[in-house]
Amino acid sequence: MILAIASGKGGTGKTTLSTNLASYISEKQKVTLADLDVEEPNSGLFLDVEKDLEKDMFKKIPEWKESECILCGKCQEWCKFNCIQVLGDEVMIFPEFCHTCHMCVDLCPGSALSFKDVRMGRLSKSHKGNLTFVESRLNIGEEQAVSLISQTIDYTENYADEDELIIVDAPPGAACPVMEVVDKSDFVILVTEPTPFGLNDLKIAVETMRVLNREFAVVINRYGIGNDDVISYCKAENIDILAKINNDRKLAELYSKGNLLYKHSENLREQLDLIIEKLHLLK
Amino acid sequence: MKEIVVISGKGGTGKTSITASFAKLGAEEIVVADCDVDAADMHLVMSPEVIHTEDYYSGFVAKIDENKCTQCGACIDTCQFDAISPEFNINQYKCEGCSYCSEICPTHAIKMQELCIGQYFISKSRMNNYLIHAKLGIGADNTGKLVAMVKKEARKIAEANNLNTILVDGSPGIGCPVLSSLTGANLVCIVTESSLSGFHDLQRVYEVAKRFKLKACCIINKHDLNTKLTKQIEDYLEKEGIIHLANLPYMANFSDAMVEGKTIVEKENTIHSQLIKDSWQKIKEIVV
Amino acid sequence: MKIAFTSKGNSWSSEMDPRFGRAEYIFVYDEESKKIEVVENEGISQVEHGAGPRTAKLVFDINPDIIITGNGPGGNALRVLEKADIKMFTGASEMSLEEAYKKYQNNELTIFE
Repeated sequence: MILAIASGKGGTGKTTLSTNLASYISEKQKVTLADLDVEEPNSGLFLDVEKDLEKDMFKKIPEWKESECILCGKCQEWCKFNCIQVLGDEVMIFPEFCHTCHMCVDLCPGSALSFKDVRMGRLSKSHKGNLTFVESRLNIGEEQAVSLISQTIDYTENYADEDELIIVDAPPGAACPVMEVVDKSDFVILVTEPTPFGLNDLKIAVETMRVLNREFAVVINRYGIGNDDVISYCKAENIDILAKINNDRKLAELYSKGNLLYKHSENLREQLDLIIEKLHLLK
Repeated sequence: MKEIVVISGKGGTGKTSITASFAKLGAEEIVVADCDVDAADMHLVMSPEVIHTEDYYSGFVAKIDENKCTQCGACIDTCQFDAISPEFNINQYKCEGCSYCSEICPTHAIKMQELCIGQYFISKSRMNNYLIHAKLGIGADNTGKLVAMVKKEARKIAEANNLNTILVDGSPGIGCPVLSSLTGANLVCIVTESSLSGFHDLQRVYEVAKRFKLKACCIINKHDLNTKLTKQIEDYLEKEGIIHLANLPYMANFSDAMVEGKTIVEKENTIHSQLIKDSWQKIKEIVV
Repeated sequence: MKIAFTSKGNSWSSEMDPRFGRAEYIFVYDEESKKIEVVENEGISQVEHGAGPRTAKLVFDINPDIIITGNGPGGNALRVLEKADIKMFTGASEMSLEEAYKKYQNNELTIFE
C-alpha cells in the first residue's frame, strides 16, 4: 500500500508527520519512506539513517546528428516546449525543457535525432533498522520533476516487499508533481493547520483529491492555535479527521534542531497510534 | 518604480503574515501583488473587493473531434503520457500539450486548444491599496508566466495612479516562479525561521537571489526556538552582506490576528507589531 | 557596430527591459548606417518554459555585434550567444535606451563574461 502525506500549503508539518510516522512504525515492522518532494527534499534532515546506495537518475532527450540533418527546421516547429532551436547550420537542444514526447525523434525526416540519456537527478537509498528511506533530488534548473517522481515511485515499489507499507512525502501545492504522487497512491493524508490560511489551502487540496477520485483524510497539526473552522469544514464535507497533533513549543524547539519528535511527546505518539489504527497500517 | 519582493524558500515561516502587515503599513502608497499563486492567502486578511477579473490561459490540451475521428488508435500509440483513454477521451490532467497526436492523426481530428487554468483579479483592499491576486485551477502548473502577468498588472496600476512602490508576496521554492518574482525587483526581503530546514532553504533561495545582484534583507522568525542556530544564521547574513532587519520571537498565538482577518500590526502593543513596523521603516529607507 | 537592446518599447526614449528571455522588444541600431530596426519578441508572454533559448534564437537571427540588457541571460541563452559570438553588456535597467547607449559609449556598463 502506498500512503501519501500531502498538504496544500508548505510548512504545515507534512515532513514532520511523514518522518515520525515512518520511524514510529519501523519500531514494530518493516516500512519504507520515500521523499518525493524532489525540489526540496528535507526528510533526510530528520532521519539518522545509513546510506546503502546512490545512483543517477536519467531522462531521455533527443541528440542531434549533424551528418543526417537536412536543416528543414521541422523539429523546432514541432517542439511546443522550446527545447530545440535551429541556429544557422546547427540544431541546439536544451534538455531541461524536454518532456520526452518523442515527436521530434520519431518524425525527423532525416533521422537526425535519436535519444540519449541525460542525468536529471540523484536517488539515494538508506536504512535504519526496519526503516528504508528513499530520496530523490532534482538537479537545480531541471524543470521536469514529474518524470523523476514517477521513476522514484517505481524504484521504491520494486524494492519494497509486496505487502510492505510505503509512506511517501508529497511535494506541496496542487500542480502536476503532486497530482503524479496522488495518482499513484492508494490513500492520502492531508496535513493542515487550524488557521484561515491552513483552511484555504486545505480546500484546494480537497478539490484535487476529488478530481482524482482518491480516498483521503485529514490530520490537523498545531492543534490549539487558530480556530475551529477547519473542524467545522471537515464535518460539513464529511471528511474524516484522523488525528490532531497539539501545538507545543517544546516540539517546535526539537524540530528546529532536526530531531524526531514522537520520542519526546506522548500526545504525538497517541495521535500516531490513532492514524495507524484507523488506517490499519500494522499487519 | 521600486519593487520589494518577500520570499522564504520554505513554507510556514510567516512570510505571508509579514507581507500582509507591510501591506497594511504601506496603505494607499503602495500596490500589492500576491505572487504566491499556489497558496494565495493574502486576500484572506486584505478583504479585497474585486474590480476586474481576467481568465488566465496557459499551455495546450488536445481535443478530439468525434465526427472526424475514425478510432484508428494512432494517437493512443504515440502518446507518451497515457492521456488518451481506449474510448478516445483526453485526460486533461495527463495531457502535456506536446501536440504529437495532433500532428500524426490521419484524419486531422485532433486540435490543440488553449487551456484556461485560472483567473487573476484586480481588487481594492480594505487597506486602501490595490491588490493583484490570482487563483489557479487544479493541476495547473505555476510557471513564471502567471507571476509575470500579476506583476505586470501591478506595475500598470502603479503607473496609472502615480504610485512608486510595489510590494510582492513572492513564490515559494527556488524554481521558475521565484525567478519570475525576483525579476525587476529592487529589494528582496527573506523571511526565514530558526530551524535546520529554514536555514537550509534560506541559503538555497539566496543563491537564486544573488544571480539578480539584488539588495537583500532578512527577518528571522521564531529566533528563540534555537538560539545557537539563530547565531549561525546571523553570521551567515553578515558574511553575505544581507541586512538583518529583525528577530521575531516564537509566539504561540501568531495566528490570532489572522483568525480575526487582521494583520499582526493591527494588534497594537505587541512585540511583533513593533518589530514589523520597525522593519518596514528600514525597508523604506533602503529602497529610497 | 550593430547594437541590440532588450526594450519595452520601440523608440530611443523607451525604457530598457531588464529581462533577456522575456524582453518585449529587441531594438537594433546600426552605428554605420544609423538605421533602426525594432523586432517584437512575438508571443513571448504566452511562453511558459524556454523563453531564454527562444529569445536567444531571435537575437541569433538578427546577428548583432553587441547586445545591451539589464540582468543578463540565463545559462541557456548564453549557450546561443556564445555560439554567435555576440558580446553582451549588462546593468542597463531602469533607464531609457538612449541613456543605456550613452552609458555603453562611456564604458559604464559591465561586460558579461
